[in-house]
Amino acid sequence: MSATAWAWLVLLFPLLGSIAIAVGFRALPARAAGALGTLTIGLSFVCAVAALISLLGDPAEARHHASSLWDYASVAGLDIKLGVYVDPLSVYMALVVSGVSALIHLYSYGYMRSDAGYRRFFSYLNFFVFSMLLLVLAGNFVLLIVGWAFVGFTSYALISFWYRRETATKAGMKAFVINVVGDIGMVLAAFLIFRELGSFDYGVVFARAPEAFTTNEWTVTAICLLLLLGVCAKSAQLPLHTWLPDAMEGPTPVSSLIHAATMVTAGVYLIARTHVLFGLAPTAADIAAFIGLATLLVAATVALVVTDLKRAIAYSTMSQIGYMVVGVSIGAYGAGLFHLMTHAFFKALLFMAAGSIIAAMANEQNIDKMSGFGKAMRFTSITMLCGGLALAAFPLTSGFFSKDEILAYAGARGGMYLIFAVLGYVGAFLTAVYTFRLIFRVLPGQPCREAQELIDTGHVAHGEPRNPATGELEDTEVGFPGPEHNIAERSASMRVAMAVLAFGALAGGLIQIPGVDNVIADFLDPVFADSPLAAIHPSTSWSWIGLGIGAVVALAGIATAHWLYVANPEAPRRLEARFRGLHGFLLHKWYFDEAIDLLVVRPALAVGRFANRVFERFVVDGLVTGTEGTVRGAGGVVRSVQNGFVRSYALLLIVGFAGLALYFLIASS
Amino acid sequence: MNIEWYIVLSSLLFATGVVGILIRRSPMVILLCLELMLNAGNLALVAFSRMVGNAQGQVFAVIVMVIAACEVVVGLGLIVAIFRRRLPLNVDDLRELRG
Amino acid sequence: MEAVLFFLAAIGALGGAIGVVALRNPFFSVLALIAHLFSLAVLFLLLTSAFVAAAQVVVYAGAVMVLYVFVVAYVGGGGESAWEPIPGQRFLAPLLGVAIFVELSIAVLGSALSALDTHGSEVPTGFGDPAAIGRLLLEKFLLPFEASSILLLLAAVGAIVLAARRREGEGEGSSEHSAKRSEDPTPSPTPGVTA
Repeated sequence: MSATAWAWLVLLFPLLGSIAIAVGFRALPARAAGALGTLTIGLSFVCAVAALISLLGDPAEARHHASSLWDYASVAGLDIKLGVYVDPLSVYMALVVSGVSALIHLYSYGYMRSDAGYRRFFSYLNFFVFSMLLLVLAGNFVLLIVGWAFVGFTSYALISFWYRRETATKAGMKAFVINVVGDIGMVLAAFLIFRELGSFDYGVVFARAPEAFTTNEWTVTAICLLLLLGVCAKSAQLPLHTWLPDAMEGPTPVSSLIHAATMVTAGVYLIARTHVLFGLAPTAADIAAFIGLATLLVAATVALVVTDLKRAIAYSTMSQIGYMVVGVSIGAYGAGLFHLMTHAFFKALLFMAAGSIIAAMANEQNIDKMSGFGKAMRFTSITMLCGGLALAAFPLTSGFFSKDEILAYAGARGGMYLIFAVLGYVGAFLTAVYTFRLIFRVLPGQPCREAQELIDTGHVAHGEPRNPATGELEDTEVGFPGPEHNIAERSASMRVAMAVLAFGALAGGLIQIPGVDNVIADFLDPVFADSPLAAIHPSTSWSWIGLGIGAVVALAGIATAHWLYVANPEAPRRLEARFRGLHGFLLHKWYFDEAIDLLVVRPALAVGRFANRVFERFVVDGLVTGTEGTVRGAGGVVRSVQNGFVRSYALLLIVGFAGLALYFLIASS
Repeated sequence: MNIEWYIVLSSLLFATGVVGILIRRSPMVILLCLELMLNAGNLALVAFSRMVGNAQGQVFAVIVMVIAACEVVVGLGLIVAIFRRRLPLNVDDLRELRG
Repeated sequence: MEAVLFFLAAIGALGGAIGVVALRNPFFSVLALIAHLFSLAVLFLLLTSAFVAAAQVVVYAGAVMVLYVFVVAYVGGGGESAWEPIPGQRFLAPLLGVAIFVELSIAVLGSALSALDTHGSEVPTGFGDPAAIGRLLLEKFLLPFEASSILLLLAAVGAIVLAARRREGEGEGSSEHSAKRSEDPTPSPTPGVTA
């Protein structure tokens, strides 16, 4: 079978799974739904592998195929097909997405047991995977936007999964609204692309773009900036990032899949896919890179002070995506996408471990209340440590090779881009610090009450289900994140998933060691061959120097974290007291939420109020009532002729007759 | 002895009938004024018939008389019916059909 | 001679007309109309239309007016109040009358009717005689003749229906009367209704 046929199958299985689980909602027993959901994604992964093998069978230059099922719209110059585009980039993304998704489905099979919304969960999750695969496999901008929108919808559905929880629904709405802002950018960009280049199809657009646009012409810059708007919204970059921490209201597998491994990486994929356009608008590419850099640093600083475990990991995600955005914006396509893959591994793993710990803590998410799980939950803590090491870019882990490759490329490009290298290392230091802040808080030390209970009795702690953010009592009818969610030690499926990811987090870097092997970059090379930036390669020695610096930075970070949180437990409190203002600033997430509320939300509400009170009441109602009054008045005037007096009717008759006679007299004279 | 005088007289009688209809309020008198107008028309018809030398106008006048008779009959029947129901015999008071 | 008769008859006609319009008591209006009709009959005779004059006297003044007299006697007739509910009516009515008279006169006396021969054409003897009229009625104008007779029949039936005494007394508002069909002592119509 051809690669595109496998690609269609990759899309088909999750869709079928989602529909089947949704339709058989009442008939399917819960476990069967979970198994079916996991199976479909597994099959999808297998098909993605088959597509890869099929693609490798082609010579390097010919590794791009488009195939369409039918014409979606073919009118008035529009020619939109329902088509997929199979090339190394899309197959790579499909492999990452389907692979990590399969593992997360496996994890959820065990984790979400006894949740009342189990079947709904798997239906949504399958649909999400379908949407994400549609996004990466789409062959034209219209289908891309369709996938983009579906992903946004599913994210909303899954964030507000426990929909009786007010914080969850609010977070879902926030995520959706901010994503809509990004969608506006995407759609406008698509319009401009169509207007300038006459087609939505990738092949046509990317072939015509270099001829149609001169470098930094305002149209192509506008297109790229509008696409960047979509990227910022979907990948939670500044200033549209405020939805991601709140999105942690969803169940942990959701956070792990959508907000770590797949959806938030859609923006990175988009920049990589449209690299031709970004190459023609270097200004826009630089803006994207600086946005990535800013996000990287801001998120890292906030992650240093946040006390909610999942939210800290969320800020970490934001920061790492900043690295990826920097990577694909400055031209390190292979490195950026490689970091995407490794990040998917270790971030998903971290979230899974966090889910296990939170379940053991009876749904408590504050790290100040956690400690000593290293003794209580062996497997979870080992896997968490693996993920943390990879995140901190500990030497020889996957994160080490991927992150530092981006920074090495920045150094090689030179000039202004050295800033990225320098600040990137600063960010790496902060990453190591906050990662091990979490690990040293949670794992070592005296076991907290729940951990002690686990050690002593082997029972997972129970508590009344409460909203971790507000403390209010949960409505448990529709499912709730309660203590009956499993910990990894009790669930085989969770252990298998986490083990595979741990292996990937540790060993994944081995396929891209500078000077030794270059699997990912070589595979992706044909896609980016037309970009002049891709020709820049840091020399092997420079790469190793960069790796060395990275190793030093990471170890320094881990050491700092150790000093702060293990050796001198008083030090954080003293620092906090001394830098109270800064601490408050960071704790409030750099006041972004407040700023957006002031600049956007309040004016919008004011406009709405104005529209209701003034415009609606006076203008619209005035128009309507005015028209009605005028008609009624006119009717009244006309009606007054019918006064019921026969004699006045006779009078009118005679008047008419006299008038007519006069007319004829005059006319005939 | 001009025919014109007859025609002018006819139009004068017609105008008088019109004024009467517009001014008087009793249905009886209105009917009488209606008769005035019809007769004025008759006069004109007969005068023209004499002028032209054709008796057709006179036949027309006879038919008009028949019509007038019918109309009087129906009108008076209406008046009697109104009177029977003890409604005021005044066209101004009979004004329920109005907007 | 002719002129004198014409003017006398004209004055009579006009006087009768004005009397109809101006007199308060409807009975006097009826009498004025009778006088007007007689004057018109004289005018018809002046126009050598003997049959029409006779019909005028016999049918119109004789039968139709008698009808009027009966009804006026039955109905009575009071005066009318002086107050005019319709604004402008009292003012506009004479104005319109004058306007109509002037317009018609202009139409007649103006150039449009210049073909009027002032004396009329020569007429044969027997013009306007009953024989001539009768012949026309039965030959050329048979259809109008028959139609008008049917019309007379219709009018008579209609008048009887209108003026027939309803069952169960007559009050204001007759809509429920036609619905009620209770015993009726005497359904006979009033006498003297037929024309």
